[in-house]
Amino acid sequence: MKRAYLTSVFLAALALLAACGGGEQKPETDGGSAAEPAKSMVADASSYDPKRGEGKFNESNVTVGALDAAMAAKGEAISGTKCFSCHKTTDEKLVGPGWKGITQRKAPYWIMNFITNPDPMIDKDPEVQAQLELCLVRMPNQNLTDDDARQVLEFMRKNDGAK
Amino acid sequence: MKQPRLSLSLLMLTIAAAGFLFPACKPKNAGSAATGDATKAYVPPGKHDEFYNFVSGGFSGQMSVYGLPSGRLLRVIPVFSVDPEKGYGYSEETKPMLNTSHGFVPWDDLHHTEMSQTNGEIDGKWVFGNANNTPRLARIDLKTFRTAEIIELPNSGGNHSSPFGTENSEYIVAGTRFSVPPDDVNGDVPINTYKQNFKGHISFVSVNKETGAMDIAFQLKTPGVNFDLARAGKAKSHGWFFFSCYNTEQANTLLEVNASQKDKDFILAVNWKKAEEYLKAGKGKKVKVKYAHNKYDEATHTATSEIRTEVTVLDVAELKDICYFIPCPKSPHGCDVDPTGEYIVGSGKLAALIPVFSFDKIQQAIAAKSFDGEYEGIPVIKYESALHGEVQKPGLGPLHTEFDGRGNAYTSFFVSSEVVKWNIKDLKVVDRVPTYYSVGHLCIPGGNTRKPNAKYLIAYNKITKDRYLPTGPELAQSAQLYDISGEKMQMILDFPTIGEPHYAQAAPADIIKNNGQLKIYKIDENKHPYVAKGEGESKVVREGNKVHVYMTSIRSHFAPDNIEGIRLGDEVYFHVTNLEQDWDVPHGFAIKGASNAELLIMPGETSTLKWVPERVGIFPMYCTDFCSALHQEMQGYVRVSPAGSNVPLSFSVGTNQPKADAAAPAAGSEKK
Repeated sequence: MKRAYLTSVFLAALALLAACGGGEQKPETDGGSAAEPAKSMVADASSYDPKRGEGKFNESNVTVGALDAAMAAKGEAISGTKCFSCHKTTDEKLVGPGWKGITQRKAPYWIMNFITNPDPMIDKDPEVQAQLELCLVRMPNQNLTDDDARQVLEFMRKNDGAK
Repeated sequence: MKQPRLSLSLLMLTIAAAGFLFPACKPKNAGSAATGDATKAYVPPGKHDEFYNFVSGGFSGQMSVYGLPSGRLLRVIPVFSVDPEKGYGYSEETKPMLNTSHGFVPWDDLHHTEMSQTNGEIDGKWVFGNANNTPRLARIDLKTFRTAEIIELPNSGGNHSSPFGTENSEYIVAGTRFSVPPDDVNGDVPINTYKQNFKGHISFVSVNKETGAMDIAFQLKTPGVNFDLARAGKAKSHGWFFFSCYNTEQANTLLEVNASQKDKDFILAVNWKKAEEYLKAGKGKKVKVKYAHNKYDEATHTATSEIRTEVTVLDVAELKDICYFIPCPKSPHGCDVDPTGEYIVGSGKLAALIPVFSFDKIQQAIAAKSFDGEYEGIPVIKYESALHGEVQKPGLGPLHTEFDGRGNAYTSFFVSSEVVKWNIKDLKVVDRVPTYYSVGHLCIPGGNTRKPNAKYLIAYNKITKDRYLPTGPELAQSAQLYDISGEKMQMILDFPTIGEPHYAQAAPADIIKNNGQLKIYKIDENKHPYVAKGEGESKVVREGNKVHVYMTSIRSHFAPDNIEGIRLGDEVYFHVTNLEQDWDVPHGFAIKGASNAELLIMPGETSTLKWVPERVGIFPMYCTDFCSALHQEMQGYVRVSPAGSNVPLSFSVGTNQPKADAAAPAAGSEKK
């Protein structure tokens, strides 16, 4: 059984509980892994910021300037292993949407949050949910490190013509 | 099911039907037996169990992992038998794991499990298993729950007295059940020359503390008897090992009768520190043998098998002070050492009492030479000189004993179907509970170590009979869980098991959960020679009649997924790399007509299926593990042409080949 599926079942169960109201909830003794992410998601649902996304990146810790060609080259290599099975660098959709223009449409920190922390954002971000209806495949978490993510971003910028 | 079991069940049925309550012949009727509180075994959905339980799979050859107290089956680890579900023994990478000096052996019989220890406590690194048919020892890595290493044991016939270990897992032992002529002499001898020609061997397999790598450090050559079970000394008796042996009659036929002649057989006490001294002094003999040593490499995701040709043997009749025999009544089976290391419990299968030996008294007896002569050159210690005392009338047919660290021992009784709790010091019976039916091994988490974690006891039964819904002649095997936290044992759960469970061990979940378990194989660290790190590296390469397909899989397509130019007579190797880097996203791979199995490929892993097409046509291939909403779209085709065909080798994904018939030369390869 896949985690994403479990999580959504759990979410649905939580929603039901909430609808009934006053359902007595015992404090959790054992940190069952299924329970943890679901809880935090529900708590954060209203506070989700679609401009920033959800994750460790924000305006203050991601800065972009003149294109760093070496960094972009590293990003392209990582993308070759982890991304290009599903994404083209044009605007053509393959499994997921093409990358062309992404850095003009989305903030750098939103992109880095999404590629390092896709699951909660797929559940909450209205635009990502609209994409999911088109693609029907949840973008996998490819376990990018922070540096990987920054390098992939730099490649996306290069792909969009940044100098 | 075997004949003796059947007749035993019949006997029990008869007793139950007659409505007798036979005092010595528990169980009572099953309905009245659930004395415990079943809610104690309840683990709510989504919650984790408190313990991992590693259970031998018996004639399935595998090891199963259960959660306790729920009894939920979490995983079956393939060890000595092929497992088509996981591609184990079918993928090119795992075939070498099952290589032996007899060639590829696809099945065995795994009887006992042993978790690695540090300072006499379970450390959560590895669990070992024994092969009872073609003698081998396996190490399973608890970071991956996969078999990491298998070593064959020369000079042996049936590795039953295994894989018991010392308190820092310095050694895991492997005592031969069948004595046989040693491998370096002519074995073409009459069977009834057992007494002249047959010898016992006990292997001491060293385990590297960091890597777990195993090596046969030395073997002890012993008189020809049957070695049954064993336990290492601990704490004060660290440095000693104790092996139960039967058939000291040295019978070679109808052992049921002929090996039950003597009133007492032996427990063999081995001073392995002394053996190490002899080894260091060069007293070992290098003997020509042939055995396989198979290792799985985490970086290349590939196993290799090496045939080794020499082992060092110490002859315990010539080299004094390594071995002593202790008489033990009636074909001893279990031979268990208490958490203090002072008491050694022998369990005679046919005995109506349990002898408990004292390590201190054994040492005094050796010092005072309190011997009753010799058996084939090995001193036999006087029974009374080694004895702490006997548990009188505990039950019928004692087999195995585990300990709770609170001064109590728990012994299983096969014939009277019960577990008996008794006090080690005063040898008085404290409590008894029935089992359903005919219990074999027992397990208390850490029950063989210096620090048992004695909340539960599990009984692994030999007869299931009416415990579950019937499933024809062949039934699920039965285990029972008891709460032993109080004075009285309470049965709280029945759960079925795979294969036939023999011995099992258990450890608190945290020790295993937090041991640095692997969730994915990092694609950057994948050193498989045929890896494709990204779709850009996928390709098809012909080398003579061998065709290597470097294939990738990600939700939800293969690359390439259209392959043409395969010809009859080709051997096709699908090297599938799973590009996913998220936990719990395996992909499977199967192709029509493959004569082996599927592949099940973990994230970041590369795995290879060999396929030899046997007819011309179009062959579908697909992902077998439901991976996404578009899993059913994860498929492709391979075109097979006749031998000598001029259809060019080509491969693609997402793009149709240029329209061309078979005769027209097409573009070599095309990618999206």
